[in-house]
Amino acid sequence: MSWFKRIKEGITTSTTEKKETPEGLWHKCPSCKHIAPSKEHAQRKYVCEQCGYHDRIGSAEYFEILFDNDQFIELNPNLSSDDPLHFVDTKKYTDRIVESQKKSGLKDAIRTAAGTVDGEGLVIACMDFSFIGGSMGSVVGEKISRAIDYCLAHKLPLLLISKSGGARMMEAAYSLMQMAKTSAKLTLLAEAKLPYISLLTDPTTGGVTASYAMLGDLNISEPGALIGFAGPRVVKETIGKDLPKGFQTAEFVLEHGFLDFIVDRRELKTRLGMVLKMLKI
Amino acid sequence: MNFLDFEKPVSDLIDQIDKQKQIGEKSKVDVSVAVRQLELKLEETRKTLYSNLTPWQRVQLSRHPDRPYSLAYIDSITDKNFVELFGDRTVKDDKAIIGGFGFIDDQSVMIIGQQKGSTTKQRQYRNFGMANPEGYRKALRLMKLAEKFNKPVITLIDTPGAYPGLEAEERGQGEAIARNLFEMSKLQVPIICIIIGEGASGGALGIGIGDRVLMLENTWYSVISPESCSSILWRSWDYKEKAAEVLKLTAEDMLSQKLIDGIIREPIGAAHTQPEKMFSIVKSEIKKHLSTLLKEDRKELVKKRIEKFCSMGVVME
Ligand SMILES: [Zn+2]
Repeated sequence: MSWFKRIKEGITTSTTEKKETPEGLWHKCPSCKHIAPSKEHAQRKYVCEQCGYHDRIGSAEYFEILFDNDQFIELNPNLSSDDPLHFVDTKKYTDRIVESQKKSGLKDAIRTAAGTVDGEGLVIACMDFSFIGGSMGSVVGEKISRAIDYCLAHKLPLLLISKSGGARMMEAAYSLMQMAKTSAKLTLLAEAKLPYISLLTDPTTGGVTASYAMLGDLNISEPGALIGFAGPRVVKETIGKDLPKGFQTAEFVLEHGFLDFIVDRRELKTRLGMVLKMLKI
Repeated sequence: MNFLDFEKPVSDLIDQIDKQKQIGEKSKVDVSVAVRQLELKLEETRKTLYSNLTPWQRVQLSRHPDRPYSLAYIDSITDKNFVELFGDRTVKDDKAIIGGFGFIDDQSVMIIGQQKGSTTKQRQYRNFGMANPEGYRKALRLMKLAEKFNKPVITLIDTPGAYPGLEAEERGQGEAIARNLFEMSKLQVPIICIIIGEGASGGALGIGIGDRVLMLENTWYSVISPESCSSILWRSWDYKEKAAEVLKLTAEDMLSQKLIDGIIREPIGAAHTQPEKMFSIVKSEIKKHLSTLLKEDRKELVKKRIEKFCSMGVVME
């Protein structure tokens, strides 16, 4: 009995260890199980060389992939969430924030930065799913708002990379109003005729889809990304049957006319640089 | 009349009054004194009951089956001088959102509202007040029409949410709401938004960007319904009352968070007990705000509207 138990424990330990070392030497594709050296996988922009599966990545990776020489000025890096409603569910919101900050090494669910992409000046706002599911609270709204101010002051275009489960419930109506805030602010960018490119990545749902993510001069996405307003589970419950294959994928959204194009992440920088040059006034 | 669980003291008194009256009729005894006393007691009971409501009770009132819906408000405040306009010019006419030009006394306005139904058949016809993308696009078409002819826009908000259906996703529910937020932010005419029932999330906000956003006393407005919040955060439907509290979704809460501009008081016993009185209160509120807003310079009005929404939120530096 004790022998069996030890073996079992041994197995458990080894799997946890594997899971806890994403920066390990080898990367296994979650889609086709192809194994490749992690370093090479990173050089391929976290896209599987065999099946083209795009891993979910965060702001650090996107900044590295896009900004020339990984050089950029981060804007308002210290903005973090307050707890105006003193929100407590099964946990205190303030504890959730601190925990999430420790775990992710991030201040909140978005980072904003200015730099150049193929020599073209650009402000990039990039959401991080690893921070409370990329949920949109006051910090997300405020950082986008300030990034737009920076665009207006320096006459720069904006790329906003969305990756979010939607609203941050712990900020209740404040969270809802970030939809209004960001959309209102984007009218100023439009009035100044500064390009706004929205990149919707896996997953982009809820209030983010129903505000800034769908308001780009160009709405673009990566292959296979989940994009929708209502989550697939909710839609399934509503219609009471299984969802068609490929429902709410980037390809589905493009076919229905809501995306300008889908771009492989390995081509993203080149394509973006070209578009920015084409939109230049 | 329908009564909610917490309205029992009220329904008991109404029953007693009815009984007294029946006794009076049958036995030809003068019951007027007894009836008068009971009526006074009813008024007192209503006063105390409705001034001490919990957030969850307000949510219940906002969904009261007798509560008036948008078309009833419109009929009354325009005195039936209303021309309903249909369709989004792209896909179809969404019955969950209605709109058209109307006269409020001498002022021509565009009124748009989410519409619920009061019978089972009507509820289905109106899709329970849950709009599809074409509903939001119809609303936007009508707002643009109002802008073209320089007429102010009034929106009446009452929805349990935007419809989460398959076709809604195909036709871009997210895009439709987003577009409205963007376009309403810069619409060159005054906009007054009034939450008359449920203000659920993006579905409500989709016609909710205005120079004045007002809530009736017994309504709620938040990012999610208390039931869904309970199921997501507590993984159970049993915490809806707790969720209604923590979401801070009442008119008072929303005003103190500076996320709305004002509260419209309801008659004692809530909107459904005295609908005509409710309509006239709403009408005079609209007139009051319009008289200020119509005098404002349009560029200044839009600038202020954008600034108001951009100032919403609380962060730490
Ligand atoms: Zn693969």
